[in-house]
Amino acid sequence: METKNIMIVGVGGQGTLLTSRILGGIMTEAGFDVKLSEVHGMAQRGGSVVTFVRYGDRVAEPIVEEGQADVLIAFERLEALRYAHFLKEDGVIVVNDARIDPMPVVSGAAVYPEGILEKLAEKHRIYAVDAMGEAKKLGNPRVFNNVVLGLAARHMDFPKEAWLSTIAKKVPPKTVEINQKAFLLGYENE
Amino acid sequence: MAEKQLMLGNEAIARGAWEAGVKVSAAYPGTPSTEISENIVKYPEIYAEWAPNEKVAMEVAIGASFAGVRAMASMKHVGVNVAADPLYSVSYIGADGGLVMIAADDPGLYSSQNEQDTRAVALAALVPVIEPSDSQEAKDFVKAAFALSEEFDTPVIVRTTTRLAHSQGMVTLEDRVEPPVREYEKDIRKRVMMPGMAKGRHVVVEKRMNDLSAYGSKCALNRVEMGSDTSIGFITQGIEYTYVKEACPDACVLKLGLVNPLPEELIRDFASRVDTLYIFEELEPVIERQVRAWGINCHGKDVFTVQGEYSANMLRERVLNKKPAIDPAADVPARPPILCPGCPHRATFSVLKKLKLHAAGDIGCYTLGAVAPLSVIDTTVCMGSSISTLHGMEKARGSAYIKNWVAVIGDSTFMHTGINSLENMSYNRGTGTVLILDNSTTGMTGHQDHAATGRTLKGEEVPAISIYKICKAMNIEHVVEVSAFDTAELERVVREETARDALSVIIVCAPCALLKGQTFPYRVREIPEKCKKCGMCLQPGCPAITKNADGTVHVDETMCNGCGLCEQQCKFGALEKYEVAK
Repeated sequence: METKNIMIVGVGGQGTLLTSRILGGIMTEAGFDVKLSEVHGMAQRGGSVVTFVRYGDRVAEPIVEEGQADVLIAFERLEALRYAHFLKEDGVIVVNDARIDPMPVVSGAAVYPEGILEKLAEKHRIYAVDAMGEAKKLGNPRVFNNVVLGLAARHMDFPKEAWLSTIAKKVPPKTVEINQKAFLLGYENE
Repeated sequence: MAEKQLMLGNEAIARGAWEAGVKVSAAYPGTPSTEISENIVKYPEIYAEWAPNEKVAMEVAIGASFAGVRAMASMKHVGVNVAADPLYSVSYIGADGGLVMIAADDPGLYSSQNEQDTRAVALAALVPVIEPSDSQEAKDFVKAAFALSEEFDTPVIVRTTTRLAHSQGMVTLEDRVEPPVREYEKDIRKRVMMPGMAKGRHVVVEKRMNDLSAYGSKCALNRVEMGSDTSIGFITQGIEYTYVKEACPDACVLKLGLVNPLPEELIRDFASRVDTLYIFEELEPVIERQVRAWGINCHGKDVFTVQGEYSANMLRERVLNKKPAIDPAADVPARPPILCPGCPHRATFSVLKKLKLHAAGDIGCYTLGAVAPLSVIDTTVCMGSSISTLHGMEKARGSAYIKNWVAVIGDSTFMHTGINSLENMSYNRGTGTVLILDNSTTGMTGHQDHAATGRTLKGEEVPAISIYKICKAMNIEHVVEVSAFDTAELERVVREETARDALSVIIVCAPCALLKGQTFPYRVREIPEKCKKCGMCLQPGCPAITKNADGTVHVDETMCNGCGLCEQQCKFGALEKYEVAK
């Protein structure tokens, strides 16, 4: 199988590392060669963060480069736009329809772009979800990542059951059920 | 079948140490090396500790090596500078039990103050360097490093980079093999580095490096992969090797694992078998300089760069002349890192800003106080430098010159090397004002303990060393403790102490907002009809507060940590705290 390239982008503190652990887990279980690359340290303090996930028969480099991503999972709109040029021509964007103002916007030095989703839709297949709203309905806004992941899972090569069992292994035991529910909300969204 | 596991580079290094039978590990946290110790501590067979700084960590490892067991010290690249003193000397002494330093460089500056190349330090210190390319090698090469250390009687540096340290790959697990403890034999000619003895050892060290160069031409750490196309060949190492395999899978490659000293014979032979030779190495042209010095034609920094990280696209573009069709990146507002909602440093800086003070800064999350909207920190050099640079300013221009200056330093950084700087300031009669921002942890690297937190790396509760008492023991008369979130009191204290013609220390206490259990039992909400649109609440730059189109503000309830700083900023009661269940 040709190597498949996934990116997870968002704002430091949004929990991109948990999502990458789930992805790494399910790909390993399926017997693929897997490489992931994460950002730790200063950027985790509210900065723009990106995680690369690659799987296939044999994976060389751990990063996804510009023009190569099959799926871009974005936890925030502006971050989707920032990394959209990493997508392949037929790549898919899955985006949490949320806005978090970066400091230059808060301080008035820059303007948050309007119409991001429409702009992205001109070139790419895009799937958006108000994951925070959905997660709040479930009673815990923190599980929003798995709503987004559920939506993205439709564009990867693993069965629903495998996702649910991997989530069960990677999230705190007390939160397995709500995280699986969140995932299914996204997965069955289409 | 052997068990395989997906592992972070740093996790694999820890596993490698365990499998190699390491008994003692010491480190000071620093991105991208921190997770090594955080994983080592999971292995009960290894004694592991946080040392106050990298010099101490290295010396602890050296002592353990003297005592005949395998030992290692882990640090980021700038930590290598702190540990340089013992490193250069132990290079002469050599190793009893295997002795390994893990040095994690940061090409691309993800979380560092410079982009230095540890290979250059190793060249000067005459210490061999081994560099892995993925998680599997990270584990295997740590084991190889210990074997090499004992075989050649030398400390060995295992160099990694951020990309390797923070990437995950598949690793085949093996068992731990503990080599027998070496019996100690007194030998002052080898272990006491005074001039007469060191002269003799220098001869030994030079011979050792020559022997290692010859060893490098035949050892398994270095390997030649002759591809079908001999028109181009690469000499490469580390993570860069994976970019070569990605972009040019059929090219000829000399993959170096032992990157210092370089294997002359192997390199000459490889160079003779390819038409055009490229040296593909991030940061300094360490390999390239040596290859050119041997009179071998090659391309290196004339094609690539000394700055930042490399990639496969770089090779496609600059070597294969196949520029990939890539859309330009969208022109969007940057998202730099910021202090978290509820961070006590924001409260401190908002007070310093109000008093129009300049700050000599230090290394930690609080370095973010240099940028807008806080813009309080004017200078940051290295760990511990805030206090000593402020002192230098005073000695240059007199005490009146630093009346509108303070030094700010975190608790962990103070315990690292700030303590020496304060000792100096007291001894040499400085009159500056030092703010120790005590958030009870090492924040930036993800909450590691230190001597003043009262807990060890192993999770053992120990008596916390009191920063207050340290200051008092240094004969500092004026030492004040104040909460960061009591901004009125903090302002009063800072005014009083900066006006004083004597050294004073203000210990600004409040735990890191991300520490477990540190959320406040409040949230803040806006009362729009009371808002005068003055923007005072926006000044400290809390990401939980945003400005609405009409100029009023909104507090995001999911981001707010309830610290109440914005409520204190608002003179019109337009922001109010409300209680929430903790």
